[in-house]
Amino acid sequence: MRHDHLISARQLSRADVEAVLDRAAEFDAGERVDRTGDLLGLCFFEPSTRTKMSFDTAMKRLGGDTVDMGPVDSSSVKKGESLADTVRVVEGYADAIVLRHPSEGAATLASEFVDVPVINAGDGAGQHPTQTLLDLYTIRENAGLDDITVGIMGDLKYGRTVHSLAEALTEFDAGQHFISPESLRLPRNVRYDLHESGADVREHTGLETVLPELDVLYVTRIQRERFADENEYRQVAGEYRIDAGTLEAARDDLTVMHPLPRVDEIAADVDETDHAHYFDQAHNGVPVRMALLDRMLDRGDRR
Amino acid sequence: MTDPDEELRVSKIRSGTVIDHIAAGQALNVLAILDIDGSGGEEVSVGMNVPSDRLGRKDVLKVEGRELSQAEVDVLSLIAPAATINIVREFDVVEKARVERPTVVRGILSCPNANCISTAGEPVESRFEVLEEAVRCGYCDELIREDLADHIAAD
Repeated sequence: MRHDHLISARQLSRADVEAVLDRAAEFDAGERVDRTGDLLGLCFFEPSTRTKMSFDTAMKRLGGDTVDMGPVDSSSVKKGESLADTVRVVEGYADAIVLRHPSEGAATLASEFVDVPVINAGDGAGQHPTQTLLDLYTIRENAGLDDITVGIMGDLKYGRTVHSLAEALTEFDAGQHFISPESLRLPRNVRYDLHESGADVREHTGLETVLPELDVLYVTRIQRERFADENEYRQVAGEYRIDAGTLEAARDDLTVMHPLPRVDEIAADVDETDHAHYFDQAHNGVPVRMALLDRMLDRGDRR
Repeated sequence: MTDPDEELRVSKIRSGTVIDHIAAGQALNVLAILDIDGSGGEEVSVGMNVPSDRLGRKDVLKVEGRELSQAEVDVLSLIAPAATINIVREFDVVEKARVERPTVVRGILSCPNANCISTAGEPVESRFEVLEEAVRCGYCDELIREDLADHIAAD
């Protein structure tokens, strides 16, 4: 990687991605390393169960350990401490910092104040590049990363996993279809980046027309709070929900993914089909984050 | 240096800055960049929509007792790309420069994204990458394409 920090999927070249995924596959196959004494600082300014547990697990499986700043309501942040101050304190405790924060740009800011690697684990509606790496790992295992057609559906405006994935896919030979209600289409800055990368991007308001040509369907949750009233939410969200019946029109080898947690956008009857890969996807978070941490901590050692 | 613009001969200032060839109608936005609203007592002359050989119409500003910082010049260049800046000391133009489009502007502009970390009271100044037809927040990636002057920080 060209940087000591992982802030955005935009900084990942195809070679970077492949190096991390190859290493992740080795960890998946039982590779062991001993990082005894290495400490990862977990700074989660927003509730997270899965991402935090996944980083915690990955670091411990590498033989290292984690220190956790705990929930925001019991920390100095509650007393009004700036993020710049918090990360400078944690820098003294840990060899790398994982940051989840509700504001866009938080990881960039943090990286400007510390010398240890900062890993962005989600900044508001911005980016979530480690989720992207595990998404790409899952896509590679199931559909490959060459000459694929990917549909991304749901809340594309606020979905940080979507922004990161779409930008990362431009490094690969992938056609991208974006399916969302008009009010939740990709934000302008993400569309700008995709066009700049020369990506093959098409936007749709319905899934039907594109479903039959997809190799991968990436579903995200449409949140109630994005809508003014309950009725509008129900009506719109209902149009972006899939079940086993919907998928009859899809190719037999379609891979359905979801960053989880889901509510009801993927019906439970899809779980029983061969299309369902979202639980594997979640499990892949551990080897992928092991590979990433191992690489970034190596870089820290050389400093 | 010995051939000041005609406007300079018309109303000289003793020491300060003359900003010439501002795109017509942008003078008040330039004043906003300089954080001048008249309340600070600065001596300012404003010419708006005056005839210009180069621009057809242009605005001109003369500010007594004030030289521009690089950050101010950088943002100025975005809304008045043809501007020339004359630094005057003791009635002489000691420095005359065209503005150059920078690759990055710092401070001055404020990110319009209310959820951007750069607007959250952190100890950082704003930073925007200058693209061909827009500027882009160095923190949250938000693009500003038009009406740049609306995003000049009010402090």
